[in-house]
Amino acid sequence: MSAIIFPTPDPAILSERDAIVSGLISILGREGVITSETERRAYETDALTAYRIVPLAVVLPASTEEVAAVLKFLSERGVKVVPRGAGTSLSGGALPSEDSVVVGLARLNRVLAIDYENRVARVEAGVTNINITNAVSGRGFFYAPDPSSQLACTIAGNIAMNSGGAHCLKYGVTTNNVLGVRIVLIDGTVVDLGGDALDAPGLDLLGLIVGSEGQLGVVTEATVRILRTAEGARPMLMGFASAAEAGACVAAIIGSGIIPVAIEYMDRPAIKVCEAFANAGYPLDVEALLIVEVEGSEAEIHDLIERIKATAAPFHPLATRVSRSEAESLAIWKGRKAAFGAMGRIADYLCMDGVIPTGRLPEVLTRVGEICAGYGLEVANIFHAGDGNLHPLILFDANNPDELVKAEAAGADILKLCVEVGGCLTGEHGVGIEKRDLMPYQFTPEELDLQMRVKSAFDPKWLLNPAKVFPLRGRPAAA
Amino acid sequence: MLTPADENHLAAIVAEAAAKKTPLAVMGAGTRSGLGRPMQTADTISTMLLSGVTLYEPSELVISARAGTALRDIEGLLRGKGQRLAFEPLDHRGIYGTSGNPTIGAIAAANLSGPRRIQAGAARDSLIGVRAVTGFGKVVRAGGRVMKNVTGLDLVKFLAGSMGTLAVLSEVTFKVQPAPETEATLAITGLADERAVAAMSAALGSPYSVSGAAHAPADEGEPARTYLRVEGFEPSVNHRVQQLASVLKEFGAVDVLGRGTSASLWLTVLDVDALSAPFEVPLWRVSVAPSEGPKVVARVRRAFPARVLYDWGGGLIWLAGGDGEDAGASAVRAAVETSGGHATLVRAADQVRNFAEVFQPLPPATMALTRRLKATFDPAGILNPGRMYAGI
Repeated sequence: MSAIIFPTPDPAILSERDAIVSGLISILGREGVITSETERRAYETDALTAYRIVPLAVVLPASTEEVAAVLKFLSERGVKVVPRGAGTSLSGGALPSEDSVVVGLARLNRVLAIDYENRVARVEAGVTNINITNAVSGRGFFYAPDPSSQLACTIAGNIAMNSGGAHCLKYGVTTNNVLGVRIVLIDGTVVDLGGDALDAPGLDLLGLIVGSEGQLGVVTEATVRILRTAEGARPMLMGFASAAEAGACVAAIIGSGIIPVAIEYMDRPAIKVCEAFANAGYPLDVEALLIVEVEGSEAEIHDLIERIKATAAPFHPLATRVSRSEAESLAIWKGRKAAFGAMGRIADYLCMDGVIPTGRLPEVLTRVGEICAGYGLEVANIFHAGDGNLHPLILFDANNPDELVKAEAAGADILKLCVEVGGCLTGEHGVGIEKRDLMPYQFTPEELDLQMRVKSAFDPKWLLNPAKVFPLRGRPAAA
Repeated sequence: MLTPADENHLAAIVAEAAAKKTPLAVMGAGTRSGLGRPMQTADTISTMLLSGVTLYEPSELVISARAGTALRDIEGLLRGKGQRLAFEPLDHRGIYGTSGNPTIGAIAAANLSGPRRIQAGAARDSLIGVRAVTGFGKVVRAGGRVMKNVTGLDLVKFLAGSMGTLAVLSEVTFKVQPAPETEATLAITGLADERAVAAMSAALGSPYSVSGAAHAPADEGEPARTYLRVEGFEPSVNHRVQQLASVLKEFGAVDVLGRGTSASLWLTVLDVDALSAPFEVPLWRVSVAPSEGPKVVARVRRAFPARVLYDWGGGLIWLAGGDGEDAGASAVRAAVETSGGHATLVRAADQVRNFAEVFQPLPPATMALTRRLKATFDPAGILNPGRMYAGI
């Protein structure tokens, strides 16, 4: 049995299912509403697959107007709404409830306008992350945030979770790359925030929407910055005999005035699994591996790599290898980007997402190992070292219910540790249901209350993305 | 003037004001009091005595300071470690003719960013954590001291730029950036505005990491100058200057300004020195998509003569001019509306700022949300009431 508690579905809503479904069909037509149990089951979970709940219905609107009509109809009837992009959330951010309607954005998948002169693109929110880059790469541009799930995940989900990725050390996360959104409020009102200028008038409502996990409205369009791709990019690998030396090397690189595009870290168990999957040429006899990527012209890359090598020397790198070809670079990144999938081939796992001050890295890694060992579980660590965003993967056997409980308990202990050392519960995956009950470890009751009142200002009846982000206890009466 | 020396005292003052519904003007050193609508307040609260750096970890690129800490102290400390605030905070003293030491809290509260906004983001993008006292006198934290944080709603972004209308910031934490080894600026003379924006777009759409793109149109006998800045390690700057010169060839002869000249030039762009005098002339700040910039200026000039400085590749326009009881607001707002941007009346006499909206009027649905959120943070409506919009 899991520790995460879900509210009892509202029997009044369940009993009105037929009327709700026919109302939705009258708005969207039959092709826009999914009602059969088999088809609804496709929406029962996201990438936090330990939890599965079949929703009341699923709708697939094809325009902002349709989303607005659906939300107006559902809010008037008091029906809960679960917005969904591609369903790749690792924190259960798109998990339905039995008494909710899933609003899937898959049909809102067009790139609406590309403006190279002003370096922005306007897209529908259901477009995948990679398709923004694909749409502009012919002209040498890209959309910067690159979560590992970028082939599948949508910009709607990226906005909801303020997604990052391996390259955000240099280019920032979603909130730094989105200039505007069109958002539908729960009563069906359509609001445009920001646009193609670099700032917007009034309070920063856009900044509030990004990362709000579907609690405030449903984003249907976005204006994002597109950037010109660097002349070239090259990853290098450095192995270390200890986490302490690798951690100190990261601090030294950043302290030296170099901001690489990415600094990724893997520990011995992670290296082994990723190498078996990708044949990237990772060194297998080291405790820690750094992938450091730099960008620029051939001469700039050479200069930066020499500086990094010199900075790293005092930390005794055991194996330093600079990629010599495009194919080698791709293989190096394939190993890293496929890490979660590769790990999934050998065991079930929970992927944690805490953030720590980078100076605490060695100490935190030791304690992560101890925490997991205390539950009899193994852990592999993969993370964005440059910004202190840890992704410990806690391995367990999903066929053994006790192990899931243990893995969740170990995960909670790790996240509490992140907060204890001055960090936070989540760096890019979001709170969702997974970390909902840990929020009091990071925030005081006053702070949670303020955030919940902001939620109420947008969604007074608390119909949007229910049972997530905020602990169930202490919510306002309307929830 | 109320000058609490610690956060608890600050909270107590705000709580008491909330209970008595006493409207408070909120400020740091008061060098930017002219920014916003004139207010009717019973008292002023300054964070000036809340000062001191509380955390600085150069190897983690993070600095925290109490809100009243002087910006120059922060910048001095960072400079000593070869670092800086990436977004180039704007100093309003030249524009308003004020004195005093601008505070770090005001940089966050007003989201003040300079030329490097195009490359490194705005102040709100570097701001990663705050402590603040809400309008009901409670101390709250948002964000933290780590580089990535998506835990709960992003109240850090929301408070950035809220001009003291939602909460009084008591401590702020910024991400910082290594200062570059060197910099250089490419300059082209004599371009018309449209052509200058095209040149800046070509440079900004190139792979050469331009960190400043400004255009000063011909003015008082001086020819127009268009500037593009690159920063980094010396070999890299040399390489990119060469490449950019070739990208810009079609726009005219390119001069290269070395490190010292480049650095002082961008300070004048940052603080809008060219348009700071005379103080009696209204100053507008317009934000649009860069290609719309020259169109907005042309439309405004049909209504009144204006001196202009373009920054952000053409997307930020400083515009000195406008007369009458609204300082040309109707003409500026009409010019901006067609282009989908917004305009702020940065400098004008009190009676003008009472009459004309200082900040771009918001659509009804956005205004309704704004009112509900103001009530969430400051239910008694006591913090900087009316500074941004009537009733906010």
